[in-house]
Amino acid sequence: MLSKDKWLFEITPKNSLFSLNLKEVWQYRDLLLLFVKRNVITVYKQTILGPLWYLIEPLFTSIIFTLIFNNVANIPTGAVPPFLFNLAGITTWNYFKTCLTLTSNTFSANAGVFGKVYFPRVIMPLSIVISSLFRFTIQLFIFIVFFAYFYINGAEISFNRYTVLFPVMMLLMGMMGLGLGMIVSSMVTKYRDLKILIGFGLQLLMYLSAVMYPVSYFTEKLPEYAWLVKYNPLTFIIESVRYQLLNVGEFDWLSFTYTALITLIVLFTGLMIFNKAEKNFIDTV
Amino acid sequence: MSDVILKIENLSKQYRLGTIGTGTISHDLNRWWHIIRGKEDPYLKIGDSNDRTSKGESEYVWALRDINFEVNRGEVIGIIGKNGAGKSTLLKILSKVTGPTTGSIKFNGRIASLLEVGTGFHPEMTGRENIYLNGAILGMTKNEITSKIDEIISFSGCERYIDTPTKRYSSGMTVRLAFAVAAHLEPDILIVDEVLAVGDAEFQKKAIGKMKSISKEGGRTVLFVSHNMTTINTLCQRSILLENGKILKEGLTSDIIPYYLSSSQSEEMMPKAIFDIDETKKFQFTKTQIVNENDELIVDGIVSTNQNYYVNIEYVFKEDVSKCHLTLIIKNSSAEVILFLDRTDFYNEFFVAKTGKYTAKIKIQNPLLKPDTYFITLGLADNHSNINDHQFEVLKFKIEDMNSIRSSRTGSLFLPTEWNMVKNS
Repeated sequence: MLSKDKWLFEITPKNSLFSLNLKEVWQYRDLLLLFVKRNVITVYKQTILGPLWYLIEPLFTSIIFTLIFNNVANIPTGAVPPFLFNLAGITTWNYFKTCLTLTSNTFSANAGVFGKVYFPRVIMPLSIVISSLFRFTIQLFIFIVFFAYFYINGAEISFNRYTVLFPVMMLLMGMMGLGLGMIVSSMVTKYRDLKILIGFGLQLLMYLSAVMYPVSYFTEKLPEYAWLVKYNPLTFIIESVRYQLLNVGEFDWLSFTYTALITLIVLFTGLMIFNKAEKNFIDTV
Repeated sequence: MSDVILKIENLSKQYRLGTIGTGTISHDLNRWWHIIRGKEDPYLKIGDSNDRTSKGESEYVWALRDINFEVNRGEVIGIIGKNGAGKSTLLKILSKVTGPTTGSIKFNGRIASLLEVGTGFHPEMTGRENIYLNGAILGMTKNEITSKIDEIISFSGCERYIDTPTKRYSSGMTVRLAFAVAAHLEPDILIVDEVLAVGDAEFQKKAIGKMKSISKEGGRTVLFVSHNMTTINTLCQRSILLENGKILKEGLTSDIIPYYLSSSQSEEMMPKAIFDIDETKKFQFTKTQIVNENDELIVDGIVSTNQNYYVNIEYVFKEDVSKCHLTLIIKNSSAEVILFLDRTDFYNEFFVAKTGKYTAKIKIQNPLLKPDTYFITLGLADNHSNINDHQFEVLKFKIEDMNSIRSSRTGSLFLPTEWNMVKNS
């Protein structure tokens, strides 16, 4: 009984908001990889088309968007073929949407596992964001195929020097989805209302994120509401992606800094709230 | 001096009863308002002790209240108590699944829990993939698992199915696999909750043996929760008895179990038990009672040494099963098995059950048991799939003898014997 107070671990009710314990997450890195693997291989088990579903979804959405927004509503997309314009927007938006909807479900979908064993809960949403990247890559591949097709047929599209920033954009998108998803998942354990809200909230948010129109067109048509779109960090990410991949629209460093800052704030808020919720969620879920 | 590996101090856990609705947000706001002004949480002051039967006044109850105990390295501790005594809550806090309301737990080493079975098993993944996933969930690294995978597979006895998705496994196989992973985890403190209730006799024996060797040779500590007093008795030197969220008694298992069985459940006998229908079970017990020769319930649960009695067991099969066992175990007040009766032992064959409701009437000839309090455990099992229904210590009855000298003798059985005494010279 020499060292009465020397305990390696301690469980107490109080936990500070900032005790993120990244070291612990690192210890569980193998689990993270296994979850990623599980998410990827089990999604389309026992379906006929399997991963083909990853392609069908954005393709059909782009076709419908092109018909409605470009052919019926006549939204101009500059020199870029409208289909490609929409496909770029949808591919990027879908990554955000998948990250957000899947992570916002973390606690309720995993109540069974969480109720029995402990591991850093943040592993779950992280694994979702990473495995969604796999899906995104397949969708990006489809985009590149169409890009090549239109390029060969003489469309005025090209990459530019900002294209190297494309992975950074996707990182921001993933962080945004993760951060928001963690906020929602923590609150939804107590108040189920949010689950309903997220369904149509995402729908509305898509219209405000310049997925199917260029920001300049919106500013021109509805200048008094332009701030709704302009200050939405998602708009900037989508607009930049289109600039990087299709050389259409705009990109500026001030907006980039603004978006990166907002994303970091959202991510840290998410981590904090999630961290607080993970301790007692099992009593309320 | 013994080496304390786990220390629990003033541990309490409060739960809110009722549903979460609009009332929750107002309580949350009120609590938040108190906390930002630096005051104490107003809802921590109130709260009844957790007694299911009496209607409390407050919406908040204490599932655990002021729990204090220490566990030494290498000990196997049994945690016993009635349903709702706080056992599972205690284990949940220990395994960090939920946080305590007040108090603290201090420990040296890795805690791993085995709360129920197959945690995190994904039905679409193969046995091997699930071993990796389950092992990682329990805190092992990939290399650790790879180095032990052969051992795990052979311990589970599922070699043939290891590359088959676990959704094709029987429930018994899933348990075997899950237990095999956890048994090779090598944590410093292992938490086990009722897992051994599933699996066939052979595997249970293997599992208990493994737990014993984990603690003896590996020097590891095991916290074991079960309703099965026999297992507690064989595994744990020391036990803790919980009641209504408090520690009622703590000490040697051999002292705690008789105390628990006789006093904590009150002196009342239980000559009758009715079981709720569980949709997930293929077959199950519905009712059981102790009756006399006229098929009337022995209301007080007291049988005299000379009286024959019957155990009536009602059960239901929701589908046809071709090879069934029915077992009846009688334990005495020290949780020792006095009789282990299996129908197959008397008829040399399994019985075939078609969908339907049944009643089995088992006659027990007296005199047989010496005066004491006895507990009956029932088991119904499918010989093919390891699926079973067990009801531990569901009936409690007493055998009384008018002759007090006879009652005071030791031994377990009381049989009519012939004493032929011949004068030889």
